[in-house]
Amino acid sequence: MKRFSVLVYPYLIWALVMIAVPMLMILLYAFTKDGNGVRDFIFTLDNFSKFFSDPVFLEVLKRSLYIAVVTTVICVILGYPAAYLIAKAKPRASATLVLAITLPTWINMLVRTYAWRSILQSNGIINHILSMFGIGPVKMLETSFAVILGMVYNFIPFMILQIYNSLAKMDESYLTAAADLGANKVQAFLKVTLPLSVPGIVSGITLVFLPAVSSFFIPKLLGGGQYVLIGNVIENQFLTAGNWNFGSAISLIMAIIIIISMQVTRYIDNRINPEGGN
Amino acid sequence: MSAKIAKHLGRVFLILMLLFFYLPIIYTVVFSFNSSKSLSHFEGFSLQWYDRMIKSHDMLSSVFYTVSIAVCATIISTIVGTITAIGLSKSRKILRTVVKQLDDLPIMNPDIVTAIGLLMFFSAIAVKKGFMTVLLAHVMFCVPYVILSIMPKLRSLDPNLLDAALDLGCTPMQAIVRVIVPQISTGIISGALISFTMSFDDFVISYFVTGNGVNNISIMVYTMAKRINPSINALSTLIIILITAVLILVNIIPVIGDRMMKRRKK
Repeated sequence: MKRFSVLVYPYLIWALVMIAVPMLMILLYAFTKDGNGVRDFIFTLDNFSKFFSDPVFLEVLKRSLYIAVVTTVICVILGYPAAYLIAKAKPRASATLVLAITLPTWINMLVRTYAWRSILQSNGIINHILSMFGIGPVKMLETSFAVILGMVYNFIPFMILQIYNSLAKMDESYLTAAADLGANKVQAFLKVTLPLSVPGIVSGITLVFLPAVSSFFIPKLLGGGQYVLIGNVIENQFLTAGNWNFGSAISLIMAIIIIISMQVTRYIDNRINPEGGN
Repeated sequence: MSAKIAKHLGRVFLILMLLFFYLPIIYTVVFSFNSSKSLSHFEGFSLQWYDRMIKSHDMLSSVFYTVSIAVCATIISTIVGTITAIGLSKSRKILRTVVKQLDDLPIMNPDIVTAIGLLMFFSAIAVKKGFMTVLLAHVMFCVPYVILSIMPKLRSLDPNLLDAALDLGCTPMQAIVRVIVPQISTGIISGALISFTMSFDDFVISYFVTGNGVNNISIMVYTMAKRINPSINALSTLIIILITAVLILVNIIPVIGDRMMKRRKK
């Protein structure tokens, strides 16, 4: 039967070339000097020290993390009750609601984000409504608010669906048992439902934080040209400044931050749910 | 009494959430029919933006590239993914682990990291950036998802199935095409659907590896965003209608199919 494994080799070669080699190139470029030839690499840590010694880049890194954390927190706060309500609805209704939430995500992210530009602008519909109450016009476009709103809008469906999946899998008899043992509804929720849905929250956090920290078109479309996050710096280094070594180093720093934050979330998950199984 | 209030509050919350999700979509559709260039005041019904869209060479070419790349990437990655998955199900653990580790890289990495890796790779081997590089990149990030959606189906197959087919005189090729593939067809179809939507919607990776005027819809929206151009709304509306129609069909056909089956059984 082993002869069937021959079928894997073409893809293995493809994956080594198309997946592994580009990743190794990022590592190589991050640790070498700018403008080197093909054969004479000069290894250096300059790209990293350039990043960490420049207050401008540190400010960008701080802002990116801040925006991503705020986005993730809002997604949990709004996404959890939404997922809970969908999971508790009648089967027919919850199936429809899941479809209603999935449907927009199938439409191009840029197209949907672009529409927020018109909604948020100073003579857009939100300011129109505010002006009826005598408020405004409030400047919303090209602020952190717009960027966070754009990120929450784009990424919250992932959070809702992850939490919904973990809640939908939950055995209802646990709640009956909790009630029989004298827990009131709030206690049953805090002691039974919430801990069981932690794996869903954790995978939701992963699915929101990762794209939020690396996104560059949301800050560009909603934050304006002056609003720079770490993704925009990487884009600039590659497509405008042409400093691939520095760009590679920054994306490596970003990847390491993401890995660390994933480990931290996983650790917290394990503390809350020691026998969570994941 | 308080339970009733809670129920209403919940309902209001869900309605507000849905409004939040659909507001930009409604906005896009409504303003695609606006007779003026304004994106804040609706001044009358007109189809002028649709007319402009059809006459705009950039827009039509972006639609052409998006669709043709998505179709090619889907066909290639579905075939490659299916063959690889079948091979993996019959191969040693070490090979499975290596392929899994490689496949995890584009799935776990932020798109921008994958994108710059590919950009540097394509430059290093001096390929001309354009249709080919975008297609290669799309196949690269689609195949792992095809494999992921087929593997569970293969795992639930009876391991003796292939032996039986071979004992009964099938060539290995026939055994795969006639016996294995029909059994895992739902996995193959969902893999193909995932590939198509991922390729169709991709922005970040395409944006970094494209060149020579090959722009997909996402890249066009991104580069046009500086100027107000309601033709984008017209194009988006067509995409929204198309995707909604496809999604509704995909969700309704199985229901109708079930009903017909039940009726036939009666």
